[in-house]
Amino acid sequence: MTLLELRDLSVTYTTEGGPVPAVRGVSLTVDAGQTLGLAGESGCGKSTIATSILRLLPTSAKVDGQILFQGDDVLTMKWGRLRAVRWAGASIVFQGALHSLNPVQRVGTQIAEPILLHTTAGKDKARERAVELLRQVGLTAARADSYPHELSGGQKQRVMIAMALACSPDLIIADEPTTALDVMIQAQVLNLIGDLVRERGIGMIMISHDLSVLSATCQRLAVMYAGKIVEEGPAHQVFTDARHPYAEALSWAFPIIGDTKSRMRPRGLAGDPPDPADVPSGCSFHPRCAVAQPQCARREMELWPAGDSRLAACVRVLPESEAVA
Amino acid sequence: MSDAAPLLRAADVEVRFEGRGRRAAAIAVDGVNLDIAAGEIVALVGESGCGKTTLARTMLGLERPTAGQVSFAGKPLTYRSAAMRVYRRLVQLVLQDPTGSLNPRHTVYEAVAEGVRIHHLDDEEARVAEALSRCGLRPPERFFQRYPHELSGGQRQRVVIAGALVLQPQVLVADEPVASLDASVRGEILSLLLRLRDELGLAALVVTHDLGLAWNIADRLAVMYLGRIVEVGTPEQVFADPRHPYTRALMSVLPESPIDPIVLTGEPPDATRIPAGCRFHPRCPELASGAAAAAGVAEACTGTALPMLPARPATEAADQAQVSCHLADALSETTGRT
Repeated sequence: MTLLELRDLSVTYTTEGGPVPAVRGVSLTVDAGQTLGLAGESGCGKSTIATSILRLLPTSAKVDGQILFQGDDVLTMKWGRLRAVRWAGASIVFQGALHSLNPVQRVGTQIAEPILLHTTAGKDKARERAVELLRQVGLTAARADSYPHELSGGQKQRVMIAMALACSPDLIIADEPTTALDVMIQAQVLNLIGDLVRERGIGMIMISHDLSVLSATCQRLAVMYAGKIVEEGPAHQVFTDARHPYAEALSWAFPIIGDTKSRMRPRGLAGDPPDPADVPSGCSFHPRCAVAQPQCARREMELWPAGDSRLAACVRVLPESEAVA
Repeated sequence: MSDAAPLLRAADVEVRFEGRGRRAAAIAVDGVNLDIAAGEIVALVGESGCGKTTLARTMLGLERPTAGQVSFAGKPLTYRSAAMRVYRRLVQLVLQDPTGSLNPRHTVYEAVAEGVRIHHLDDEEARVAEALSRCGLRPPERFFQRYPHELSGGQRQRVVIAGALVLQPQVLVADEPVASLDASVRGEILSLLLRLRDELGLAALVVTHDLGLAWNIADRLAVMYLGRIVEVGTPEQVFADPRHPYTRALMSVLPESPIDPIVLTGEPPDATRIPAGCRFHPRCPELASGAAAAAGVAEACTGTALPMLPARPATEAADQAQVSCHLADALSETTGRT
């Protein structure tokens, strides 16, 4: 069942320096029980997509297209319905959990807050539920009385996940849930997220720049560059055998240990990520692309089928009939 | 790596931070031997709180060891200000976050020239230009008057590295040099470190929690746990045959790992309360599964402290990593490994 569908979503921020298109025509679907990975580097628009799904963008953002959550368009929804969707329908685990908790409130109270606001539960019931949630994410009931500064980074991240689960949403959006955590704590948190998706059949969007993490935790993976999706497909295939040169370059950053090709040979991508206010013409990746052709500077690329349930926006995957510019 | 004396050596180094009031002292580094040869890149990996940054700071002379010593080119550091002035030219620090370590109101030129001015060197402009172009900011004159906010993350990290390079050091100590950079830029900065080693013979100690980085650039890898180095060897040795259960667990949780993940429970341990016996034993999966008991070392694991790993003499034929583990010792005795 399709839980969330983005149809041709565009987000443009209005700034003093003129309009800045952050997201340029993105279409995606997430099914119940499925995890979708969204990868890309800073400024590619991935966090803008996350915030747009719950209509949390600032008023300076102009949004076009459709965001269908369980069939309803979030963008045209009435306030009452939107309030019901937030937390209870879909929730977000924000980036930098370490700073997203209120430092002067006990974590139990913070987890209980959305339960009090969005369900009919009373104070005692909400508190009970908060303790239950803490247990589910592997923390003891006593932790409900802790303040955030008494918790380690991994524990705070668990509290954020417990909070996202508070109203039993159908969709969780996790924005860089493990960045800034140690490898071992990252593994603990990813295991937890994987179990939750499996056991409850919720849908999940996981945002990260780490393709290796996404490949291990997601079924499908979409790679974004300059506000557009440039490749989409089964996560492991995209990570190990990318069709788009940018997706390929991203995967080099996380070498497979033991692979002699990457030993003493770090590979990066020359050049810098584009300025969203001044995106290059044609294929926006062409100035950094090692295999660019003359037509890439002129021809804007859309996503094309690139194998079994895979899409890529590169001139190299075009069928012959289309290849002539 | 053929030099008889290592360039930079930590011998039996201990760094203890006394607790305030009735709090126990934290032993951040608890007996470490580590050699870095000229032109060698050593990666120091471990989780937050394991003491890797404290060890790096000690090797820079920013922290004085409470026991043991750090020596450079065979001579122990004396920590007198005149001697430290010379030392600081030879061993330079590259910080983690280039945005935080550059003064936003200084131009690129001023940022890189600061070291030259402090050390009263001549030919300031030529030195700055050379350091910038070595770091791939070419032509350097174009970057002189730029401010940090006008640069991308990768360019800022290049400026930070140029600032270290301008004093012509022999060793760079880099603390998570690519952790805050975008994935596509990461490889470029690592290539730069490798190129500087090839062109200038620059040695480096790279502190990181990223095992992929070690695989990408390190000649040698040291795994640190709670103030001690528990396994050290070339990345090929350590990754092909990790012998310490902690190293195995770290490797098993990598996303593309061929072995089943061994997720250690609990948080990184506390340097104010170092467990008796092997310091890893409360979290050790081998002890918990009974493998240690089967090999007859379970008592040693919980009761007998392990000796510090010696710094390997650079000349020794190295076909195996060194490991600090009772079980690994017992296993290598039975299989005839040394």
